[in-house]
Amino acid sequence: MALSSWKELPIGTIITEPGNAREFKTGDWRSQRPIWDSEKCIHCLFCFIYCPDSSIKVNEEGKMTGIDLDYCKGCGICAEECPKEAIHMEIEKR
Amino acid sequence: MPSLKELSKNADLFTGGHRACSGCAGPIVIKQVLSVAGPQTIASLSTGCMEVVSTIYPYTAWNIPYIHVAFETAASALSGVEAAYQVLRRKGKVKGKWNLIAFSGDGGTYDIGFQGLSGAVERGHDFLYVCYNNEAYMNTGIQRSSATPRGAHTTTSPAGTVIPGKKQFHKNLVEVIAAHGAPYVAQAIPSNWADFTRKVRKALDTEGPTVIDILAPCPLGWRYPSNKTIEVARLAVECKFWPLYEVENGKYKLNYRPRKEVPVEEWLRLQGRFAHLFTPENEHIIKEIQEGVDRRWESLLEKCG
Ligand SMILES: Cc1ncc(C[n+]2csc(CCOP(=O)(O)OP(=O)(O)O)c2C)c(N)n1
Ligand code: SF4
Ligand code: SF4
Repeated sequence: MALSSWKELPIGTIITEPGNAREFKTGDWRSQRPIWDSEKCIHCLFCFIYCPDSSIKVNEEGKMTGIDLDYCKGCGICAEECPKEAIHMEIEKR
Repeated sequence: MPSLKELSKNADLFTGGHRACSGCAGPIVIKQVLSVAGPQTIASLSTGCMEVVSTIYPYTAWNIPYIHVAFETAASALSGVEAAYQVLRRKGKVKGKWNLIAFSGDGGTYDIGFQGLSGAVERGHDFLYVCYNNEAYMNTGIQRSSATPRGAHTTTSPAGTVIPGKKQFHKNLVEVIAAHGAPYVAQAIPSNWADFTRKVRKALDTEGPTVIDILAPCPLGWRYPSNKTIEVARLAVECKFWPLYEVENGKYKLNYRPRKEVPVEEWLRLQGRFAHLFTPENEHIIKEIQEGVDRRWESLLEKCG
């Protein structure tokens, strides 16, 4: 929703593009990076239901397919809650 | 009960790119609610952390119709939405059933929005009200609310030489709303997603006002490492500080009974906001907290029969 001046604000400052926070990448907040081991993963999806940042990718078949680093803030909940230790955290290097 | 695979179908109703602190339970709560409610949902959210982090103009993490309302008005604003919805439905201008859900923090629920919530429940509007309870006014920098537990350090109950953190026990919201005669009221926790999503389903299927109070740990205000959010939540239930129960038309039901005795001390120890209690001069407060927890647990068991 690109606005060049306040005169373009919709009445009521309505946001006309639902879900456009996706355009705002929070991945650069991260100081730790989750590393996923697909071999160990049993696709229980606990990491998915406990992720605050919509960063666990799940496909149509309900299989975990990886981590979306665009949004992941590196909280480490997934690594903590994974019953199979299929995720571990490493210091983020930039 | 829906499986996590089914719940994952609604994953995009609250998107990434919101600006909650790393490890915040608030977005976990919202996502779990929407995973059950689905896209035919209208939400109101009062001013507080979840509003501030999810709708920083011109962005919104909400992929459903959503209205941000003043701090004290999550329930009253949604009352208006519900009244309009009923009229439009009667006139055949809306299709299908829509879920109406109000979200608010504990400050917005237990304190400043309380009369709005009480009025909405008394009038009998058909909606679900979810209090994501982080046990203080977090958005303005951690002030005590009537949901803040005894002993907790906040900026307005500062632990020091004058007081050892908050002096009072927290209010029991579920009891207060149950006393209104609401058809369904429940207490929940994000670490038990199966119990919580079942409660959301049940509340949405119930006609009339329904309220769920869900504990939402806040790493910043509770002072614990961000990866411990789910563990802190789980232990709140295991130590009986936060029992999982529901009240349906006045009938109480305990939904989970901890298998072993966990002293409340173990839960307190995980959190920096209680660190000052672990000193010789303040140890008696831990005992008092334990007694308070035991008292409430016994009284709950009696009600559950
Ligand atoms: C009438 C009014 N008083 C004060 C404020 C300032 N204010 C904004 S958010 C907030 C705290 C919200 O606390 P809570 O409802 O517990 O949600 P949290 O931020 O903890 O998620 C306060 C005091 C306000 N917005 N409106
Ligand atoms: S919690 Fe672990 S095992 Fe379960 S889906 Fe996630 S990575 Fe796989
Ligand atoms: S202060 Fe607490 S409740 Fe607010 S966004 Fe941060 S972690 Fe969440």
